[in-house]
Amino acid sequence: MTQLLSVQNLSVGFGRGDNIKPIIRDVSFTLDAGETLAIVGESGSGKSVTALSINRLIDYGGGRILDGRIDFAASNGRALDLATLQENQLERIRGSEIGMIFQEPMTSLNPVVTIGRQIEEVFRLQGKSGSEARTETLQALDRVRIADAARRLSYYPHQLSGGMLQRVMIAMALAASPRLLIADEPTTALDVSVQAQIMALLSELQRETGTGLIFITHDLGLVAGIADRVMVMQAGQVVEQGAADHILDHAQHPYTQHLLKAVPHFTNGNHVREDAPRLAPSAAKACLSVEGLTVRFPATAGLLRRSIGAIHAVESVDFDILPGETLAIVGESGSGKSTTARALLGLVNPTRGTFRADAQQATQSQKPMQMVFQNPYASLNPRLDVQSLLSEPVLAAGQRLTRDIQARMTSLLERVGLPSDSLTRYPHEFSGGQRQRLCIARALMLDPSILVLDEAVSALDVSVQARVLDLLIDLQKERNLAYLFVSHDMAVVERIAHRIAVLYGGQIVEIGEARSVLSNPQHAYTRKLIAAVPTIERRRERFELNTDAVPTLLRPAGYEPPPAEWSTLAQDHLVRIQPAANA
Amino acid sequence: MRSFLKRLLGHSSGRIGAFIVCLYLAIALAAWVGITPYDPLKQFRIDRLQGPSAAHWMGTDMFGRDVMSRLMIGIGQSFLVAFSSVGIAALVGTLLGLTAAWFGRLWDGVVMRLMDVLLAFPAILLALLFITVVGPGTFTSILAIAFVYTPIFTRVVRGPALSIRARDFVDAARTFGSSTSYILTRHLMLNLVAPLTVQVTLALAWSLLTESGLSFLGLGTQPPNSSLGLMLADSINLMEMAPWLLIFPGLTVMLGILGFNLLGDALRDLLDPRMRRAAA
Repeated sequence: MTQLLSVQNLSVGFGRGDNIKPIIRDVSFTLDAGETLAIVGESGSGKSVTALSINRLIDYGGGRILDGRIDFAASNGRALDLATLQENQLERIRGSEIGMIFQEPMTSLNPVVTIGRQIEEVFRLQGKSGSEARTETLQALDRVRIADAARRLSYYPHQLSGGMLQRVMIAMALAASPRLLIADEPTTALDVSVQAQIMALLSELQRETGTGLIFITHDLGLVAGIADRVMVMQAGQVVEQGAADHILDHAQHPYTQHLLKAVPHFTNGNHVREDAPRLAPSAAKACLSVEGLTVRFPATAGLLRRSIGAIHAVESVDFDILPGETLAIVGESGSGKSTTARALLGLVNPTRGTFRADAQQATQSQKPMQMVFQNPYASLNPRLDVQSLLSEPVLAAGQRLTRDIQARMTSLLERVGLPSDSLTRYPHEFSGGQRQRLCIARALMLDPSILVLDEAVSALDVSVQARVLDLLIDLQKERNLAYLFVSHDMAVVERIAHRIAVLYGGQIVEIGEARSVLSNPQHAYTRKLIAAVPTIERRRERFELNTDAVPTLLRPAGYEPPPAEWSTLAQDHLVRIQPAANA
Repeated sequence: MRSFLKRLLGHSSGRIGAFIVCLYLAIALAAWVGITPYDPLKQFRIDRLQGPSAAHWMGTDMFGRDVMSRLMIGIGQSFLVAFSSVGIAALVGTLLGLTAAWFGRLWDGVVMRLMDVLLAFPAILLALLFITVVGPGTFTSILAIAFVYTPIFTRVVRGPALSIRARDFVDAARTFGSSTSYILTRHLMLNLVAPLTVQVTLALAWSLLTESGLSFLGLGTQPPNSSLGLMLADSINLMEMAPWLLIFPGLTVMLGILGFNLLGDALRDLLDPRMRRAAA
């Protein structure tokens, strides 16, 4: 194979004048045509900066190339040093020779222009006429497997799902048939099942076109499925690079080993927790029981807000949780898992159904249920110091700030592993993981018996995620807490859950003991979810492309779904019987 | 707080604006406690319409009153009106905007439509209408100007309040069972301090101008009291004979508005996180 790109001793810094801070140092790697290189690292490791340096978009972010060469073999056979190229020449390289896909498909497209026009623009830039550009656009959408492409051309970005938009982005990036494609965390903002689709598409298109691919990710599990070679970065430097299999099986550098250990390995239920309280002979009474929980949002259309029915976000959900037990609710976005959690906390009003939450006998707290949110950056008021943040639940419960409460704050902060001088500091002084610990401490201030964790570790880096999960498990054992763990990440769920409920279209389709559900999934949707989980064990797997649309949850007014019929699989494993028509 | 002052003084227009505003504040304070070169009402009959001199730095007017003393009193008067009216407008506007954003639905609709109606009138015209109904005077002009600027504060508060309301930390507060007043004051208000500060500074400049305009038309401060607008109105007939009567009050109004505007711009630069990122 011919060499496409060679980066030597690249250093990039940010800042002005003499005050330049180097962000990446001495990065060297090569990429052949048709090869996939995965750059792996945690946030702040410099992986995105490396990628943005290649097409020199870094210049617009305030960065400067301090040293090194970036040799790129252009399509006309010339070799170019991208590190020293002038801006007007770079404009000809970007797009036509080097394509890029960004993390957030929702924000990377212009919201007021139809997707058809946006893709057409790329072809027009190549000097194609209007009708030529239109036919090529149609082909481009077909190529990324968007069903019914002709009709979708006139859609605006907000009318398409995240996965669809990322396909549009890929179509745009590939429109000029670039020799190199840079994908910067292209699936991080997407659901697992959608992620699998995008990965499948990328690897298939790469086989077809022979494009070189640089794939940036924090997820080593994804790497196994797609990469030929892997480069691991830490704090702006390359710590290890080599063939994918070699890195994954015989990692030399301690940081790579650490990353591999921190990544939750999904093992189809072989490593679930063994301390399930439900299996104990003296099982306690449930501390949270939910019966027939239903949340519907009225749907309106048109200028006069005519009612056109209701969105059945959550439909007749039943479950219970024992003290010391974790029930994980899994499903993709829009399946109603967050709405379920929010209904329990009173943030949305349930249409029907009852739930009962009991306080622990020892404490009798008035608020037995507390919640930890997904985004630790949004769930703490930036203008309040830690002391005010932690005292809020106490004040809300009508208690005074006594010396006991102060002592409780200090001991909780220590327990979740935050420095002792935290009380007078503000949220922006903490990292994402520390903020999430702060949120956990705040939720524990009132001694709840149930914690609702809504994607509580999803926004964190893998190694931070692993430590927060350990903390959660320790706290659960210590305080006999019940967890309702809402997540889309099956590997994380496998580590913390005793039981799993799979939510699909607002309904539980499968519920039961974690090992049984993960190792012996019965419902078609559960199987699909599990098949989509990327793991290190699955090498170069061909994810299956599937263009099924997600079913709508919009129902006509007065619609009542037929009562669920369950089949019992094991002592604690129920599966909803699928209507024959949909199976 | 100290680092904020440092950053404000490091900002070039912030430095100038802060200097002018502080100077005016000092003059206004001196006038309120009665430290002026002469009694502003005392008439030096022999020295009528004298140009600037060592005895009367800014000359005397048609009654032989010291212009500088009257100017100082005028600044004090204008500041009294400007600060009280903006204070009232900010208070009422914040209250309306905050409750409109929080409670939404009918209350939001009623409040915001009412504000839309008020905003549709030109500011001076609305103030005139108000004064015609109530009658002229210092207190009325304070109320009139407050009345005119309330809709602006309502809008400035409602927008950000709506977006903060949807943030996770407000949801978190609700799960703790925090009271509405706690959420409104601790979570919403604290995050609104920055846009409000900017708005207050800019509104002070406008209300200074509006007050001068109303007094100029004879609808604000009544003689023999002194105000910048009134001094300008008195001077127009003598413009060719005694230009200092026009120049000094005119310059004072202009410089004051410039000062508040510069300070407001600087505060916006420093407090708006988007601007801060662009500057970094």
